[in-house]
Amino acid sequence: MTVMQHIWIVLGVLFVLLNIAAGLIWVERRLLALWQDRLGPNRAGPLGIFIVLADTLKLFFKEDWIPPFADKWVFITAPAIVAGSVLLSFVIIPFAPGIVVADLNVGLLFFLAMSSLGVYSIVLGGWASNNKYALLGAMRGASQMIAYEVFMGLSLMGVVMITGSFNMGDIVDAQKNVWFCFTQPLGFIIFFIAGVAETHRLPFDIPEAESELIAGFHAEYSGMKFGMFFIGEYLGITLISAMTVTLFFGGWHGPAFLPPLAWFALKTILFLGLFILLRASLPRPRYDQLIEYGWKVLLPVVLANLMITGAIALWLKST
Amino acid sequence: MLSNLRTMWLVFVHLFKKKATVQYPEEKNTLRPRWRGRIVLTKDPDGGERCVGCYLCAAACPVDCIALQATEDKDGRRYPEFFRINFSRCIFCGYCEEACPTYAIQLIPDFEMAEYNRQNLVFEKEDLLIDSQGKYPGYNFYKVAGMDAGVKKKGEGENEEPPVDIYSLLP
Ligand code: SF4
Ligand code: SF4
Repeated sequence: MTVMQHIWIVLGVLFVLLNIAAGLIWVERRLLALWQDRLGPNRAGPLGIFIVLADTLKLFFKEDWIPPFADKWVFITAPAIVAGSVLLSFVIIPFAPGIVVADLNVGLLFFLAMSSLGVYSIVLGGWASNNKYALLGAMRGASQMIAYEVFMGLSLMGVVMITGSFNMGDIVDAQKNVWFCFTQPLGFIIFFIAGVAETHRLPFDIPEAESELIAGFHAEYSGMKFGMFFIGEYLGITLISAMTVTLFFGGWHGPAFLPPLAWFALKTILFLGLFILLRASLPRPRYDQLIEYGWKVLLPVVLANLMITGAIALWLKST
Repeated sequence: MLSNLRTMWLVFVHLFKKKATVQYPEEKNTLRPRWRGRIVLTKDPDGGERCVGCYLCAAACPVDCIALQATEDKDGRRYPEFFRINFSRCIFCGYCEEACPTYAIQLIPDFEMAEYNRQNLVFEKEDLLIDSQGKYPGYNFYKVAGMDAGVKKKGEGENEEPPVDIYSLLP
């Protein structure tokens, strides 16, 4: 691959991702509305897609207020961290054969590292806001991340064991015949649950919990800084969807009548829809229920899954 | 877990249900006859103003948005000299209609009264008065009232007995 090609891929991925993040504003509103027997925004532009434009313009022109009691520099950096870390995670995702920004041999670890970095934005944002609700949100965010980060990593180890590699390209190739969602169903379910918690989307939006904490860690944010959190969240669900597809649903593999990129996009979109459906249908659990569920149910299950996978892998190797 | 999945499925099925949205400017909602909307002052069947300027509506109004001044014509018939409703304050509660003894003030099924200028929401008597009897056709307060205000003579009203001659001893 020449340098020029590489730059094109980087720019292309960035362009598509940012547009997806913006477009999801519209998709989410329309889908939520449809599932609630409403129509949703359908006035501006064809099918109301220009609501994205209106929303972005609104975010740009809103007063960008930094509270006088806030820790100014930390307050400003926090939103940048979330968008940055999520965007960096996309680096390792193979969208189609040859279309990957960085084919790292520790790809999966890089993803885990980056998604853990994302929690800094919540903690720092909540801390710098100097507001009790923000701080409570940040605290919840931190403990939720610690809880769910653990078995997000563990749930992926089954895949790594079968493949024998952390490289995302190798993982996709290993699913040529059978997708990992069939050999690792538990891993998939737990990864997805952890992913929802990781992006703190509903029903696991404990750090934001509008009805309890106003807006949680971003209660003090306005204008484009809030917009960064917003984009970070949408990029986050795109990331988890893309990761689920890559790790468990065969990545770009699919019957040959569609190009690999289309298969990848199609599967990712399905998972994006699932994220929104989760938001539309499930109520938010209580904070302690969520943490209890994580440590007492999911962790043992994921450990059992890991051991069984390991045993089978060893057995297959020895025979 | 299973109940969660069931919830998700049921919500998903709503994708294909009929939508409740009424796309307003193109589709209009049906407004029922007793819908409480824009306020009008009605006239009696003979074309006279029904309002007798009794101030009961102004007193009943919880937000004090009705202002009027009663006066009399040469026959002794009372009518409002001016009648002003500030619709930027009206909450369309309908208390004024309930308070009115002559069915003069009525709320009608019309809600499209948006304005760019707040001052335009202050309706004067000529904006409120309509050439119709509204919800109570055939009713004329002065025909059933005891007094003579140029509509009928004393004792000639509906269900009204002729006045008693107080100077006579005959039964
Ligand atoms: S509808 Fe209610 S608020 Fe409006 S003028 Fe009548 S009494 Fe006042
Ligand atoms: S509208 Fe009715 S209640 Fe109001 S002053 Fe006139 S007669 Fe009285």
